[in-house]
Amino acid sequence: MTYYNFLLEPISCHAWNKDRTQIAICPNNHEVHIYKKEGGGKWSKIHELKEHNGQVTGIDWAPESNRIVTCGTDRNAYVWILKGNVWRPTLVLLRINRAARCVKWSPKENKFAVGSGSRLISICYFEQENDWWVCKHIKKPIRSTVLSLDWHPNNVLLAAGSCDFKCRIFSAYIKEVEEKPSPTPWGSKMPFGELMFESSGTDGWVHSICFSGSGGRVAWVSHDSTVAVATGSKNTVISSLSSETLPLLAVTFITENSLVAAGHDCYPMLYLYDEGKGTITFGGKLDIPKQSAQRGMTARERFQNLDKKASSETEKANLESVHKNSISQISIMEGDKSKCSKFCTTGMDGGMTIWDVKTLASSMKDLKII
Amino acid sequence: MSKNVSSDRFRKVDVDEYDENKFVDEEEGGENQQGPDEGEVDSLIRQGNVMGALQAVLKNPPMNTKNQALKDRAEGLVLKVLSSFKSGDIEKAVQSLDKNGVDLLMKYIYKGFEQPTENSSTVLLQWHEKALSAGGVGSIVRVLTARRTV
Repeated sequence: MTYYNFLLEPISCHAWNKDRTQIAICPNNHEVHIYKKEGGGKWSKIHELKEHNGQVTGIDWAPESNRIVTCGTDRNAYVWILKGNVWRPTLVLLRINRAARCVKWSPKENKFAVGSGSRLISICYFEQENDWWVCKHIKKPIRSTVLSLDWHPNNVLLAAGSCDFKCRIFSAYIKEVEEKPSPTPWGSKMPFGELMFESSGTDGWVHSICFSGSGGRVAWVSHDSTVAVATGSKNTVISSLSSETLPLLAVTFITENSLVAAGHDCYPMLYLYDEGKGTITFGGKLDIPKQSAQRGMTARERFQNLDKKASSETEKANLESVHKNSISQISIMEGDKSKCSKFCTTGMDGGMTIWDVKTLASSMKDLKII
Repeated sequence: MSKNVSSDRFRKVDVDEYDENKFVDEEEGGENQQGPDEGEVDSLIRQGNVMGALQAVLKNPPMNTKNQALKDRAEGLVLKVLSSFKSGDIEKAVQSLDKNGVDLLMKYIYKGFEQPTENSSTVLLQWHEKALSAGGVGSIVRVLTARRTV
């Protein structure tokens, strides 16, 4: 894997362009910086997008139409279009009175969803007659901040994870921009704002949520250190795994049955879902630590350890993982959610790591990605 | 300083009660949870079957009730069982529990820390060390994030 350290501050959020040569990141302030890949593993800053008055909390880059949407704590969202060599913003009125928290383009890129602290989701679409972005709200029954969003491949269903400990799937069908959708495992009647699924059984804020490649499954991670997957059907069954690690902050499917998740433990991990048995199992740690030389401890150090920490083991004080602080976002770089070959993580240490699935699978003998 | 002559009762009003957006947890039926069976646990301890007592005391945790006396009684019972173990047997006992059992044990341990008695902290710390190696930091996170706890 390759690690590149952009800055000393955390990277709040990031998004890749279509051919993965440019990355847009928010360096924990009001701006968005776009970096371009140069040869030899170097990155150079080519654009600075300054329009927000508050920290930018979400960025999404639409691959086909090459538009960027950003949202921030200033309760606004902007759609940026590249004109010549300059990115020009268009304000989108979200009609929210709290910070916007996350934003995602729909698969067909004709609408996008913004989750906010106002306990609602704004679904925004472009109205041709008025040349203006208009939004509709999904309010019920969300009772706290919406932390994460993901669209179903059919462009209509939207999964939302929020701070009221629940993961929900809504219909975001906008009749002005699309046809009626065909039935899915999550239900057949999908008027706007309809609640198709609501999870139960996990405590803890839902930090991240992800549909599988086919849309038949949804996975989420929550703050009580659990990973859960639900498969849509008449009687949806939720399988969850209580992990032994610190809470996870980001999750994505890399095949229909495998998930990669990362969080406060600073390394990504693999989870395998078995639909037949309805179980999730831990597949392995996806970090190859450098083998540092084992330095013996002197007697004095041993005594100090025993005195201060009551431990007689030779513990290393440094983190062995590539990222030195929590990982906050995972994005797919090559492939898609049904078959991913490369994914990228960014975190609070200001670094970005690109992970190659094939290399990881071959270097860790017991790693199985089904 | 100047004396405040008018009423200051308004300072004691709990404004959060009047917030229309206040989050209220869903009420799940917990009336049938009686806590672990005192008689069964006591007899197992007297027989010397501490492993059986541990299994018995971790049954029926009073998680959903609002009855504080019930919860205190359950905690007292758990503490009695944990204290009756020999230090060397603790590890084996923790290994015999499943994932949910370890999480529940961790919840009781932290509840016990909240009200330390003469000897309880030593015992609880020994159990905490073993439960931590079995459940990892995840089990402690689940103690902190649990909405309904013992």
